[in-house]
Amino acid sequence: MLKIDNLHAKVDDKDILKGLNLTVAAGEVHAIMGPNGSGKSTLGHVLAGRPGYTVTAGSARLLGQDLLELDTEHRAHLGLFLAYQYPVEIPGVSNMEFLKASVDAVREHRGDPALDSMSFMKKAREACKAVDLDLAFLKRGVNEGFSGGEKKRNELMQMMLLEPKLCIMDETDSGLDIDALQVVASGINAMRSPDRSIILVTHYQRLLTFIEPDHVHVLSGGRIVKSGDKSLALELEERGYAWLEDVA
Amino acid sequence: MSDFMREALAAAAQRAPAWLEPMQARGRNLWGKTTLPNRKTEAWKYTSLQALQQPFSAPAPQARGAAISEASLPQLDGPTLIFTDGQYRQDLSNTAVPSGLSLVRFGDATAEQAAQISAALGTAVLPGRHVFSPLNDATLVDGVFMAVAADTQLEEPVHIAWLTTGQSESTSITQRLLVCMGPNSQATLVESFANTATGGTAFTNGLTELLLDRGAHLSHYRLHLEQGDVVHIGGVHARQGADSQLHGFHLALGSVLKRIDLVVDHQGSGAHCSMDGLYLPRGTETVDYHTCMEHAVPHCTSRERFRGIIADEATAIFNGRIHIHPEAQKTRAELSNKNLLTSNKAEINTKPELEIYADDVQCAHGATVAQLDPLALHYLRTRGVPRDEAEVMLSYGFINELVEEIGQPVIKAFLKPLLAKRFAHDARLARHIL
Repeated sequence: MLKIDNLHAKVDDKDILKGLNLTVAAGEVHAIMGPNGSGKSTLGHVLAGRPGYTVTAGSARLLGQDLLELDTEHRAHLGLFLAYQYPVEIPGVSNMEFLKASVDAVREHRGDPALDSMSFMKKAREACKAVDLDLAFLKRGVNEGFSGGEKKRNELMQMMLLEPKLCIMDETDSGLDIDALQVVASGINAMRSPDRSIILVTHYQRLLTFIEPDHVHVLSGGRIVKSGDKSLALELEERGYAWLEDVA
Repeated sequence: MSDFMREALAAAAQRAPAWLEPMQARGRNLWGKTTLPNRKTEAWKYTSLQALQQPFSAPAPQARGAAISEASLPQLDGPTLIFTDGQYRQDLSNTAVPSGLSLVRFGDATAEQAAQISAALGTAVLPGRHVFSPLNDATLVDGVFMAVAADTQLEEPVHIAWLTTGQSESTSITQRLLVCMGPNSQATLVESFANTATGGTAFTNGLTELLLDRGAHLSHYRLHLEQGDVVHIGGVHARQGADSQLHGFHLALGSVLKRIDLVVDHQGSGAHCSMDGLYLPRGTETVDYHTCMEHAVPHCTSRERFRGIIADEATAIFNGRIHIHPEAQKTRAELSNKNLLTSNKAEINTKPELEIYADDVQCAHGATVAQLDPLALHYLRTRGVPRDEAEVMLSYGFINELVEEIGQPVIKAFLKPLLAKRFAHDARLARHIL
C-alpha cells in the first residue's frame, strides 16, 4: 500500500524528517507515536503535499505510484486521506457543497458513476449518524464555529464518504472526551478493511485501547527509531520516550 | 464645462413634457457651472473619468425595439417596466398594478401626478452630494414615478429594468426613478441595469430617489449587471421618515466604469437602514461605491455590509461615510467592508469616513483586504477538489453570506448561478455552488 524510503523533508528551511522509512501493507493499522516536535504531523502534511513542506530526499509510493510528484488533489484521487489535527474553517462554503464536490471529484477519478443528489444525501445522512453529528452541520460553513470534537467527527465523516485507501489520522484523539473518543474509534474501526490501511498518529496509548494496531512505531528526531507490536505502546505509556532517544 | 454631453443636452430640451422644462432649465444652468471632478477632487481621487472624454448623444427614437433575452433579467411576476436604450417598451412591460400603487412614466403622468412629481423630484438629492445630478435633471426626458399609498402593502415586487442594446455608438441614457412610500406602506422594488450586447459605448446617468414617509418599509434591490464598454454614473438618494425601514441590496458587476453614490438621509427618529452590497470587477474594470449615512436625528440605526472581489487588473473603490449630526444622539451605525483580491495586480481603495458630532452613539466600522486563504485552498484539494474548482468555491464563499440572506427567492435564484459563473470560466467549475 504505502512505501516510504529515506524521506527527508523540511518546513520553512528547518529539517524535520531525516531519513524516515515506513512500509504499510494493505489492511494494516499502524500507530505512530513520539514526543512533541518529532515530525509526526509533518509526515502527514508532506504526504498530502502541503505548501511550505519541502521534500529534499527520499521517496513515497502509494499503490506503486510516486506520491510526491502528484498534485495534492491527485493524491486524494489515488486514495490518500489526511484527517487533520486542526481542520480548517472555511466560512461561506457549506459543508454539504464541500462534501459533494469532494465525493464527485474522487468518484469521477475512480471511474465510479456520479451520485445523484438523493443518493448523495442518503450517504451523507448515514455518515452523520455514524459519527453522531447533527444533520444541521451539513448546512453550516465547513468547520465554521465547530467545537474541537465536532471538527474531528466532521473529518471522520468525510473519510467515510470518500472511502480512501490510506487514511492518516493526525492526532484524531486529541481534544476528545471519552464519549467522543469512543464514537470516533468505532467509526475508524468500521472503516477497517482488507484493502484499506490506516495510520494513527497519536501521543497517547488511550486511542489504541479502542483501535488495536498491527504495528506501533516510535518517531523521534525525524526517523522511526523503534517498531513493534501493540505491546510497544503500553511500554511507552509506562516508560515515556526518553529511553528511546538513548537507543537512537 | 466639458461638452461631452452637448448633443444629448440639446436633444433633451426638445423632447421633455412641458412641466419638466423648469427642472431641465435649472439642471442646464447648474451643469453649466459644474466643473467635472478630477483626481484632485477627494471623492474622485481613485476614479478616472477618462471614459467620458468622447462625445455621447441621446439615442435616436427607434421604430422597433431590440429583442431582449429573458436570461438577462430576473423574471418577476409583479408590475414591470422595461426600457431599452432609454425608450419605454410597452410590449415587454406589465403595467397591471394592484390598488394603492401608482406606477407611471413621467410622459404619461396626469396633471395631478405631474404636480406630485414636480413637488418631490430632486428633494432627496442633498445639495452638493451628487455632482452628476444636475446633468440628470438637464437631460431628463422621461422617468418613472412610483407611489405607494398609505397603509398599502404590496405583495409582488415592482421591477424596473433599464437595458442598453449597444445598437449605436456612444449613447447616453438618463434614467430617473422617483419613489414615494406613503405612511406605513410596504413594498419591494427591483431596479435592474443590463446590456443585451456589448457593442457601442453607453453612458448611463442613473438617479433614483426614495422618499419614505413615517413607518414605511421598502426593500430595494439595485442590480448593475452591465458589462463591457458601459459607463454608469449614478446613485440612490433616500430620505427616511420616522420609524421607516429601508433595506438595500446592491450589486455591481464590473464594466469600464461604474460609480454609484448611495446617500441615505435619516430625517425621522427611529428610522433604520440596512444596506448590503457586492462588487465584482475583473479585467481592467472599475467599480466605485460611495456610501453616505446622514444621521440627522436621534434613535436611528444603520448597518452596511459591502463585499468586493477584485480580479485581474481591476480596480475597486469603496468609501463609506457616516455623518452623525450633533442632535443625533443614540445613533447606532455599523459599517463593514471586506475585500478579496484574487490577483497581485488587482487594486482596492477602501476608506471609512466617520464624522461624529454627538457623544452618545455607537459606531463600528471595519475594512479588510485579503487574498484567498492558501490553507483553505489546500484543505479542499486534500479532499480531491481540483485547484481551479476550489478557487471558485472559495471566491464565491466570500460573498455567499450576503447572497444567502437575499429575501426575494426569485432574485436569489437569478443571482446565484450568475454570480457563480462570474468566477468560473468553465460552468463545470461552478457546478457545486447551488
